[in-house]
Amino acid sequence: MTQQPINKEMFKIVGGNHDATEKLADKSVSFWKEVFLRFSHNKMAIFGLITLIIIILMAIFVPMFSQYKYSDQLGVFNSPPSADFWFGTDDLGRDIFVRIWAGARISLFIGITAAVIDLVIGVLWGSISGLAGGRVDNIMMRIADVLTAVPYLLVVIVLLVVLQPGLFPMIIALSITGWINMARIVRGEVLSIKNQEYVLAARTLGASTWHLILKHLIPNALGAILVTMTLTIPSAIFTESFLSYLGLGVPAPHASWGTMASDGNKAIASYPWRLIFPAIFISLTIFAFNAVGDGLRDALDPKLRK
Amino acid sequence: MIKYILKRLMYILLALFVIVTATFFLMRLAPGSPFASERNFPPQIEEKLNETYGLNNPWYIQYKDYLIDTASFNFGESMKYKARSTNDMINESFPVSLTLGIEAMLLAVGFGVLIGVVSALYHNKWPDYLATSIAVLGISVPSFILAGLMQYFLAYKAGWFPVSGWKGFGYSVLPALAIAFSHMGFIAKLTRSSMLEQNNSDYVKMARAKGIGKWTVVFRHTLRNALLPVVTYLGPLTAGVVTGSFIVENIFAIPGLGKHFVQSITNRDYTVIMGTTVFYSIILLFAVLIVDILYSFIDPRIKLKGAKN
Repeated sequence: MTQQPINKEMFKIVGGNHDATEKLADKSVSFWKEVFLRFSHNKMAIFGLITLIIIILMAIFVPMFSQYKYSDQLGVFNSPPSADFWFGTDDLGRDIFVRIWAGARISLFIGITAAVIDLVIGVLWGSISGLAGGRVDNIMMRIADVLTAVPYLLVVIVLLVVLQPGLFPMIIALSITGWINMARIVRGEVLSIKNQEYVLAARTLGASTWHLILKHLIPNALGAILVTMTLTIPSAIFTESFLSYLGLGVPAPHASWGTMASDGNKAIASYPWRLIFPAIFISLTIFAFNAVGDGLRDALDPKLRK
Repeated sequence: MIKYILKRLMYILLALFVIVTATFFLMRLAPGSPFASERNFPPQIEEKLNETYGLNNPWYIQYKDYLIDTASFNFGESMKYKARSTNDMINESFPVSLTLGIEAMLLAVGFGVLIGVVSALYHNKWPDYLATSIAVLGISVPSFILAGLMQYFLAYKAGWFPVSGWKGFGYSVLPALAIAFSHMGFIAKLTRSSMLEQNNSDYVKMARAKGIGKWTVVFRHTLRNALLPVVTYLGPLTAGVVTGSFIVENIFAIPGLGKHFVQSITNRDYTVIMGTTVFYSIILLFAVLIVDILYSFIDPRIKLKGAKN
């Protein structure tokens, strides 16, 4: 086989199509937009979100516009669900439908407030610990270690026995150990972000510590913080109903799902609806928050990027 | 290893000290004297009572006495029921709670792993959806609600199980299931995801390629590795079973320690609350330690050194 000599005439200029090579295959999507897109493809999470929105709206508006008040004793005792009383009435003749939504206000308020307090303390504690490093970090984390070793629910019970049951003692009791988890997660995030090159670059350019925290640390740790917070709320609601069940909840005549379930349980043989309705709403709310939290975690995970 | 255990023991002691101190001062802050409900005391008797319980001493002497008592496992006498000590109460009722708790843990781990394995093997087919729904239901429905509903439907309406009491194995099925259910869901979720992870690994593909049966691969290979996350969950599981027993024992009228604890809360029986809290704390702290040590035996990749993280 003879080889042809290669000469210049064999080559020609095709003409570079600069626009085609530089064209982006897809529109550039910002991080949060992508998170939103991924979240909206998750059926379970969307279902949870819609359920939550409905529950929150009902909790706001039903007690406002209902013909009964949650503490009204209507003289009809233990009535089964009917056209007048959609969910029936309890042993004092109070309308369970209104009490469910008044209870939703209390349960949601406790859950969200506890989560916000956890967030504030946890973020402060975790970021100070992670940023300071060295001995300060060591001491702060050892304190957290000892506190995690203390069984959570027992502390809460003892505290509520002493503080006397009520809305604010409940929130204090819930957040007294709740922040540790958040602090751990924030510290972990801060430690991993702190050593990235772009932070070093910002520092060499003379950025102040506050600038670093506000512009770099918080935006990057936001995802993990958001997920932890959404998952804290259902566990706070669960603990609240658990404690109400023990008789340490918000005192009468206020309604909370836990107290309603506890009362309903005593009368279950004759009036099952008094347990079933609070039971449905506690479970539905816990489920919805968990679904949204799981959905957020999956949506924020860059490893799942398509 | 020994260094690690010693270090953990030190943490446990510190945590216990925090608990004991906190309960002591909290109980002192609590409004009202323990004898407030019995009003018509002549002052001499009240004086005498305060003397027997050492309530006249300054707080640091009381605190010291309390520390010594606790260190020697003497949790004090009930202030409500005369001549009944917390120790008697624990001796009497703890075996009941222990039986129930072990049953619940076996149920949770056994069925949880089974459900997880089935849903991983039939990934995205109907057994998977069924198992996942059970798991989601278990995580969403609190144990005390489940207990009430099961008591109503399975015991009261259907009559398959005794409604309440503690007279044999049949009596323990529903309560154990109520405590175990939510943990079962969680364990199923854990097992499923780690099984799926293992199923993608080369050694499983190799085993399948050699023609080994599906279930043999599961038991000989996959499950052994997939179970590691489940072992880490044993610590929280113990805590969950203990706290779950508080309410479930009350609902099913089981004479266990959880029932006494809840009763002492309702009665504001401070010495019993303090004693039981400390007792529970000891059990939980050691359960977590044992699980951590167990973990290092099961997974040789984990070396227990002095340092955490």
